[in-house]
Amino acid sequence: MPGEFVDQIFVAAKRWILSLLSHAPDWIVQIASALLNIILLLTFFATLFALLSVLERKILGRIQNRYGPNRVGPFGLLQPLADGIKLLIKEDVVPIRADKVVHFLAPIMMLLPAILALGVIPYGRNMTAFSIDGGILFFFAVGSAAELAVFMAGWGSNNKFSMLGAMRAIAQMISYELPLLIVVLPVVMIVGSLSADAIVAAQEGYKWGIVPRWFVFTPWGAAAFILFFVAGLVESNRTPFDVPEGESEIVAGHMTEYSGFKYATFFMAEYFGMFAVSGLAVTLFLGGWHTPIAWLEFVPSYLWFFAKLAVLLFVFIWIRGTLPRTRIDQVMSFAWKFMLPMAFTCIIAAAVWHYQAHGWAGWLSSFAVVAVVYFALSRFLDTRRKFATRTYRFAE
Amino acid sequence: MSAAAFIVIAIFMLAGAVAAATMPRLIHAALSLVVAFIGIAAFYFLLGAEFVGLVQIFVYVGAVAVLIVFTILLTRRDQENTSGFNWGGAVVAIAVFSSLVWAILHTRVSEAAPQIDPLTVKRIGEVLMTNYVWPLQCVGLLLTAALIGALILVAEEKR
Repeated sequence: MPGEFVDQIFVAAKRWILSLLSHAPDWIVQIASALLNIILLLTFFATLFALLSVLERKILGRIQNRYGPNRVGPFGLLQPLADGIKLLIKEDVVPIRADKVVHFLAPIMMLLPAILALGVIPYGRNMTAFSIDGGILFFFAVGSAAELAVFMAGWGSNNKFSMLGAMRAIAQMISYELPLLIVVLPVVMIVGSLSADAIVAAQEGYKWGIVPRWFVFTPWGAAAFILFFVAGLVESNRTPFDVPEGESEIVAGHMTEYSGFKYATFFMAEYFGMFAVSGLAVTLFLGGWHTPIAWLEFVPSYLWFFAKLAVLLFVFIWIRGTLPRTRIDQVMSFAWKFMLPMAFTCIIAAAVWHYQAHGWAGWLSSFAVVAVVYFALSRFLDTRRKFATRTYRFAE
Repeated sequence: MSAAAFIVIAIFMLAGAVAAATMPRLIHAALSLVVAFIGIAAFYFLLGAEFVGLVQIFVYVGAVAVLIVFTILLTRRDQENTSGFNWGGAVVAIAVFSSLVWAILHTRVSEAAPQIDPLTVKRIGEVLMTNYVWPLQCVGLLLTAALIGALILVAEEKR
């Protein structure tokens, strides 16, 4: 079957390469298999990073009614190459009072968790690089190491802006890690597994023959998806939550004292983090590599995954182009007063949906739970000041 | 394979631990301790206890390390070198180590350990929610109390 062959072409290619090593001892095959996965992941996502960086500038340009990069190569597509060469040959300035080792290690430590987190995401049928029982837990476990990297960058630079930025970044990352984790719980509870493959498998098929069984099409799933996306925005330090690097207040936050390729590494870590969070959102709520419409099954599974990923990445850029930066106190109180209660509501709504046999009644009562808590919270948290009617006095 | 991995991880971890004990600057020591934590997690992975390994990274690298680093940052006015060898610490460490060695040497090693199913996250969850549900609830209550206590400590006083 040609469709199936195209779908499994990467899996088959890997199997063929490994079959060349069939006479080698077991551990060589294991290492070769791991290396193949790593090389493929790294080259693919580094290319995607380069493409996305130019695409982002193009889209932002479009939003702001200007051209964006258009000099290097056709449509400015070779811009990342030029940027890369520029950053490589730039002088690497390290402050004299900086802690040299920590300052040097911070960008590496920053990129490492993002790359590791990419490993557990299923990119297509049988295409998970690192398929373990607790895949989702692995994702968050390595993700939590990023906070330490931010601290290393801030502290190692020996600069007040760096330290302030690092403090802000750690504060908001810790606060949003809580809702980020809790909105994943309903999915894990419904599926009954922490493995990313099992979660994707649970979203197979169509309800009434048309609507895909993705979790985003249930009331709790939709609410959890939005919460997850917002928390993901914060975790990857993107606008409107980029207070750690708020240029107008603290220069560039924890990246102030970085130049040349180290700065580019931070940039890369941010994008890889974005890929990881979007990839996990696709896996958890948007059905992973499953097809949205039944008669489009012939399109290879990985294309569907990356199509969904592209949509989410576009929304990331779109939000960056349209929303202003929030204040740090607004970010924090939003996390604890709104995100956290809503995240807990998602668990209850999912339970209601589950115990009414995933049917109409469950859908409605689950929707009711989410809606009631949402409106109650927005009433309760409404701090809009009531202003007296303004009177204007003009010079006479 | 696993013997080679064991040696590599052990060297990695011991280097981290020695650095944590000898580094003159406290922040460096704390960051080296993280290396040792990661080494321990790697051991758990090597032994097939994935869940414990993941929780080790989650709790120790993600939370405890950040806590230690912040404690150092917020309490020490002098970030200068803390030199001098701490003899008391060395005595305690040697005492703990030798008693552990003594305990291990005197443990009767039964023949082969019985074969058990691989420990999945699902099984841990089931056991936690059935046999150990009361200890779990107690821990939950304790943590909630700690959280509320922390909030009360830092909350602004209403005028």
